[in-house]
Formats: sequence, structure tokens, C-alpha cells
Amino acid sequence: MDKKKKQLKRKVMIAAACAGVLVVLALLSGVIAPNDPYATNAALIRKGPSAAYLFGTDNLGRCVLSRVLVGARTTIAATFILVAISFVIGILVGMLCGFYGGIVDEVMMRIADLMLAFPQMVVAIAVAGILGGGLGGAMIALGITMWTSFARLARSHTLSIKNEPYIQAARLLGKSGPRILLIHIMPNILEPVLINALTQIGTTMIGISGLSFLGLGVVAPQAEWGSMINEARAYIQIAPWAVLFPAAATVITIIVFNYLGDAVMEYRKADQ
Amino acid sequence: MKKQIIKRIIELIIILIVLSFLTFLLMYLAPGDPAEKRLSSQGVAVTKEVLQAEQERMGLLRPFFVRYGEWFTGILRGDFGVSFKDDMPVSPKLVSGLKNTSILALASLILSLLVSVPLGILSAVKQNSILDHIVRILSFIGNALPNFLISVLLMYFFCIRLNLFPVVATGSVQGLCLPALSLAIPMAGRFTRQIRTETMEQLRQDYVTGLRVRGVREKDILIHNVFRNASGHIFTIVALQIGILMGGSVVIETIFRWPGIGKLVMDSINARDYPTIMGFVLIMGTIYVIINFLSDVLYHVLDPRV
Repeated sequence: MDKKKKQLKRKVMIAAACAGVLVVLALLSGVIAPNDPYATNAALIRKGPSAAYLFGTDNLGRCVLSRVLVGARTTIAATFILVAISFVIGILVGMLCGFYGGIVDEVMMRIADLMLAFPQMVVAIAVAGILGGGLGGAMIALGITMWTSFARLARSHTLSIKNEPYIQAARLLGKSGPRILLIHIMPNILEPVLINALTQIGTTMIGISGLSFLGLGVVAPQAEWGSMINEARAYIQIAPWAVLFPAAATVITIIVFNYLGDAVMEYRKADQ
Repeated sequence: MKKQIIKRIIELIIILIVLSFLTFLLMYLAPGDPAEKRLSSQGVAVTKEVLQAEQERMGLLRPFFVRYGEWFTGILRGDFGVSFKDDMPVSPKLVSGLKNTSILALASLILSLLVSVPLGILSAVKQNSILDHIVRILSFIGNALPNFLISVLLMYFFCIRLNLFPVVATGSVQGLCLPALSLAIPMAGRFTRQIRTETMEQLRQDYVTGLRVRGVREKDILIHNVFRNASGHIFTIVALQIGILMGGSVVIETIFRWPGIGKLVMDSINARDYPTIMGFVLIMGTIYVIINFLSDVLYHVLDPRV
């Protein structure tokens, strides 16, 4: 058993390290990018990979490598911000509903049920389309349904601990509701909700790139993997590298974050 | 049981009504004026008078609840209103789009189940074998592939490199292959993982040990008992994927120009054709809710213990 746990822990560490490298690459993309990702060059249109342009150039002569790197920042940052906002809203709503119950709980949970009645990507496409594109619009569109899973999880965990002796003790000491929520309940329900957040990263990334691919996410010329693939697929015959490199980047990033989520979940399961 | 189902059906109807209201509200609150968009796309100089006349004609100036009521009663009669883009009725477009989308969705579902059911069961039976590892890695990768990416890659290799399929899938059987495959690959990845887990769960049950002790052949246990017991879950697993499949089909249809409801909605989004978008959201939401309801009921029917 102990050996297995050690193995799982190693798995988590490796996945976390890979994810960390990706995040650092994305953060430093402005510095490491060998060329200006937005500089067009008529003399260098659709050139194959070379020493100066490792991933080649696209049909405006822009450096694909630099765009992939800067695109990483767009995709990863948008994903993290969206997951973080959904997480915060979800955990607050869930804790309040679970702790106080009553009519607010009833109403919020009905709203959450309703959100679950809509297929997420269908809503996202309609909302992002109506909001008229833009990364912010795409994030709102995905976020509308996303917070519900966090809220439900936080609520059920709050319900399961709210009658524990230590919470009752805190109440008897005369601590106020918000104080109990923040100091006693939140730390205890944080872990499962955080793990849920981790497992959502991959899907969210697919969602954001998917919307950008459809032209409902980032606005050109901003570099983002989904929109890069969409732009370059028109001339994939002549310059496949302009599609294949952002595609590879997308797949690798999603695999790393999915793997991390799986590994953490397995580790936690073995813990129990 | 009967009482429960009736209760669920009433709930379902309420959810659908709220769904229609929210859909309408969303389009009502949407920024941008469809009348202005229409006029400018026709190349008309948008003056105040022209705009107002057009808004009047499109019925945009009436109160919210009047418009919602009219739209809703229309839908009950199967009339989704008139397109803002070309003044044609929306319903026939939605119906023909839905037909093509259903063909695509069914094809991809069958395709992915054909692969994932045997693979999932096999890798659960031969747990930790080489086959199991390969299946797990493949399904993990499949699950991580966004379908827009798969379709672009498939298109590149099969249409351009190998020249096996037409690039534009205009509703033919041959044209169906790549779009269906693009939808099926990530789905097969998820199905395989879930079916594997479910089969392993079943294999751990006491009844399997009991059957083995009685000398029933492993193959018979798998087919007659394990698979039967797991099949209820398989339907639930499929139902849970429907939402993802719907979103995915919008992307895939747009790429392959498959004349389904997803391509229709993308064209409508670009033209701010609200009646079509509303119809799309409402139809997809309704199908989604009903399938989830049916999967719940079927789950109870297939497994009377719950």
C-alpha cells in the first residue's frame, strides 16, 4: 500500500512539474519568443521551419513559434481565470446555501438545476455568438454553466460537516456565521472543490479554444491556439506547420492538465 | 414508480417552459440591433426613420411579454417564427438541419460504441496487461483531443494527403465518414474509460465469484451477467455525452460544411438571426433534458434494484 502511494505521489509530482513548466513558459512567453508574434513580413510568407523560424511562418509571415508561445499565455490565462472565478463564485454560493439553507438555498439550487438543463457548449456558442465574440464574451459564455458544479460540490460538503461537533462548538462560542464559514468550514471543504477545479482545466481549455476556433473567442490578430488553427487550416496544404504546431501545443497542454487532475484524484482516493 | 414518473414529467414540462423563457430573455437582452444589422447587410443607409420602420416591421418594438407569448404559442404549434435574415419560416430549416445532425450524431455514437464497448470490457478483464495499458493510453489521448483539432488533422491526412474523401461533406455517405469520425474519437476515449471502470466494478461483485465457483464459463459470465448489468450504466454514460456531442457537432458541421443544425446556427450567429438561434437553443435544450429523463427512467427499468 505504502509503495503504491509513493508511486502515486511521484505521478502527481511529475504531472505537476510538467504543468508548472507549461505555465512558466506561458508567463515568460513575451521574453522567450524569438520574434515579434504580431510582426508581419511579406518576404517570409508560409516559409517552412528554419533556424530563424523554428516552427515556420504563417501566411502573413508571422513567426509560428512566437505565436504558439504567446498563444499559450492567452489560452492558459483565460482558462485559469475562468476556472478561478467559477471556483470562487461556486464555493461561496455552495457554502452559503449549505450553511444557511432555507429559501435562498432552494432558489439557488433550482437555478443550478436549470443551468444543468442546458448543454454547456450549446449555451456557450449561443451566448458567445450573441455577445459578438471577444475573449471576455467566450469566458462569460462558458462560465454561465460552469459555476454550478462547484456550487453543488461545496454545498454537499458543507452540509456533511455543518453539524460536526467543532462547528457546534464554534457556534456555542458565539462566533458569527460568516466567521464560521471562513475559518472552520472553508478550509475543510477546500480540497475536494480544488480537485474539481483541477479536473475542469482540460475541458475549459477545449471550450475556450473551440470557441476561438469558431471565431467566437479571441479577436484577430491576437494569438490563440484555436484561432491560429482556424486561420491556418485554409492553407494547410501549403503550410501544414502553421496548423500542426499549435495543434500539438493544444494536445500536449490538455493532456498534461488532464493527467495532473487524474493523478491527484487517484492519490486522494488512495488516501481515503 | 408510476407516480414518480408522472412527477418527473411535470418537472420536465416546467423546466422546458423556463428554458424557453430564458432563451427568449437571452435574445432580448442581446446587444446589437437585428434590424440595423439587417439593413446594413442589405446595403441600406441606416437613417433613423428607416431603422424605426424596419424595427416596426420585424415586430421588435412591441412589449417583451407580448413578443414572448407570441413566440411561445407559435412553438407549441411547431412554428419557430420567421428568420430575421431572409424572412423565411425558421421551422423547416431547423427540421432539415436536425435531421442531418441526427444522422451525424447517430453515426458517431454507433462508431464510438462499436470501438469502446469491446475495448472497455476487454481491458477490464485483462487488467494491467499490455493490451489494457495500450487501451488506457489511447483512450486518455482520445479524451484530450478537441474535436475541431481532430477534424482538421483528419481532413489534412485523408482529404489532402491521401485524397480518399471529399473535403466538403455535402450530405453523402462518403462525406459522413470524416465528420462522424471526428466526433467519435474523443467520445470513444471517454466511453472506453467509463465502460472499463464499470466492468471492473461489476467483476468485483459477489455474484461473479458465485458464478465462477459454480463453474460457469468466464465468457458466459461476461456476456450474460456482467454486460447485462453494466448496460444500464452504459446508457447513462451515453446520455451524459449528448451535451458534449451537441456542442461538438456545431464545430464539426461548420468545418465540414455538413448541412446540419449546427452549421445553420453558426450562419445565423453571423447574421444575428435571433429566431433561428433561439430555435436551436430551445431544440437542443429540449432534446438534452428529455434524453436525460429517459436515461433515468431506463436505468430504473434495466436495474429494478435502484
